[in-house]
Amino acid sequence: MKRFTWFNATALTLGFAFLYVPMIILIVYSFNSSKLVTVWAGFSTRWYGELLQNEEFLDAAWVTLKVAVMSSTIATVLGTMAALVLVRAGRFAGRTLFSGMIYAPLVMPEVITGLSLLLLFIGIGLERGVLTIVLAHTTFSMCYVSVVVSSRLVTFDRSLEEAALDLGCSPFEAFRLVTLPIIAPAVISGWLLAFTLSLDDLVIASFTTGPSATTLPIKIFSAVRLGVSPEINALSTLMIAVVTVGVIIASLVTKQAAIRQARDERMAERPA
Amino acid sequence: MAQTVFAPWNDPDEKPLIQFRGVTKRFGDFTAIDNLTQDIYAREFFALLGPSGCGKTTMMRMLAGFERPTEGQILIAGQDMSRVPPNKRAVNMMFQSYALFPHLSVWDNIAFGLKREGRDKDKIAARVEEMLRLTRLSKFAKRKPHQISGGQRQRVALARSLAKAPKLLLLDEPLGALDKKLRQDTQFELMDIQEKTGTTFVIVTHDQEEAMTVASRVAVMDEGQIIQVATPDQIYEAPNSVYVADFIGDVNIITGRAAPQGDKVAIRFAEGQPEIIGTTTKTFEPGQEIHFAIRPEKVAIDTEEPEDTPNKLRGKVLDIAYLGNISTYHVELPTGLIVKAQTANTRRISRRQITWEDTVWISWTDTAGVLLDR
Repeated sequence: MKRFTWFNATALTLGFAFLYVPMIILIVYSFNSSKLVTVWAGFSTRWYGELLQNEEFLDAAWVTLKVAVMSSTIATVLGTMAALVLVRAGRFAGRTLFSGMIYAPLVMPEVITGLSLLLLFIGIGLERGVLTIVLAHTTFSMCYVSVVVSSRLVTFDRSLEEAALDLGCSPFEAFRLVTLPIIAPAVISGWLLAFTLSLDDLVIASFTTGPSATTLPIKIFSAVRLGVSPEINALSTLMIAVVTVGVIIASLVTKQAAIRQARDERMAERPA
Repeated sequence: MAQTVFAPWNDPDEKPLIQFRGVTKRFGDFTAIDNLTQDIYAREFFALLGPSGCGKTTMMRMLAGFERPTEGQILIAGQDMSRVPPNKRAVNMMFQSYALFPHLSVWDNIAFGLKREGRDKDKIAARVEEMLRLTRLSKFAKRKPHQISGGQRQRVALARSLAKAPKLLLLDEPLGALDKKLRQDTQFELMDIQEKTGTTFVIVTHDQEEAMTVASRVAVMDEGQIIQVATPDQIYEAPNSVYVADFIGDVNIITGRAAPQGDKVAIRFAEGQPEIIGTTTKTFEPGQEIHFAIRPEKVAIDTEEPEDTPNKLRGKVLDIAYLGNISTYHVELPTGLIVKAQTANTRRISRRQITWEDTVWISWTDTAGVLLDR
């Protein structure tokens, strides 16, 4: 079969162009020395320098990071617990309702989630700021964690936990010493997923934030309304870089683990 | 000589280690264990044998504490276990899948239970080394479970479950994943370890050969009940029912009507065929349905009509199964009934004389078979 045809080549080019041309333009213009975003005036890293001087952006980045770490950690704990109940508890009254309620935020429009959380926070008189964004992000990212972790738990061999109980563990020790280390990769990827979701969330954050806490997406969005500045381009390029490096590291680690596993298995087959 | 025979179940003064008292276990509508009462003694190697779904695994899981009886009591060393969780029992289990912790090395797997007891480090290390030596795993202590072979994994599982020196060790189909040769070696190894450690073993298996090899007593189970408990030779030579006779080894079952004659019973099984004469201590009513069970190796096969034998039948060789050390002949009687006869191949193949379609005589003594009423 002939792999290369003009049709394939065109489709590939168009596909990649659709995905990456906007980003490439953004990256290229972040190195523009001109203050006018659309006019090329030579290469420069001046906007990166100015970005580092910009307190507002740095503050927003710090807030975003704090929110993302806290909300993804809480979401991971809660999501893992929910997954355990869903997979382990077997049938109990209201199981379908419970699982439905856990997964509902996956399909719930963000605007609605944001609005309802806003009403809740106003209702209970909680001052809006970092805490409310953390709570809001936990709410919607928890279900993603629970999906990832429960798909791992389904294939988890229960007899491992029984063996731990049999050897003298309390149920909690069995979870901490056996189950958790084994499902750790799923828990970590759940955490990473929650972390990224929180990092780039704009809608829910803008509903639940107050004047004291501005996240990076909110900052960028409001800055863009006053016109795209080269600084924003530089900031966005940095975010792309961070995400790219993260993804590459994650995939390398996964690949290394797979290679090590394969080598170990070959070793096991060798006669002792 | 009499004292060396291990048979605590015949000693009325011996206290059983495990007592099932009227135990019933239901899962919804399904009754897995049906009003079962059984004693198991210390230092026994007790085998639960039966087809899948007969309740043998449920019995074992109740001993380990993973399931609770719906009714009745289970006592271990006189203590009612129904409220005792698995982690508080002096019982350890070797799982069918081995259930080795994949994230821990062989050494840490074996040390796992010891560490939970909070013993000091030197004692744990000494005990782990001892277990590694016992199971010949010292070389593999640092490897992870997926870096060793199936047979080695099985030994790790055994070492781990023995490390805490439990009163009772439960083995759930321990050798199922091994190939035949390795399985046989391991069976003897298990018996050896059981003797060395003096632990009580309860093994669950569906492999009758395995149960016969390792066990001091075998319990044959069916549909949540124990049909017969006896030593392997009694189970084989004196089964109490057609079910047990058929489950253990190869057997010919001939069903007919009883005609008691003094201490013997004649069995009429077909028109025009001679009666079968057997001996029994049981009493049978004349005309009662009776099953005659005889092992193929107790049926002699000859080309000439044998003399001085109470039971002889004429038939035609239908099939010969040559197994190397033995041959099994399928002899068809004129009634269509097929009787299996087995002979040891003490001569080289070219010298043997019976072949397909030959007319032969099969015969046996009056004590060779067992008479069963169910």
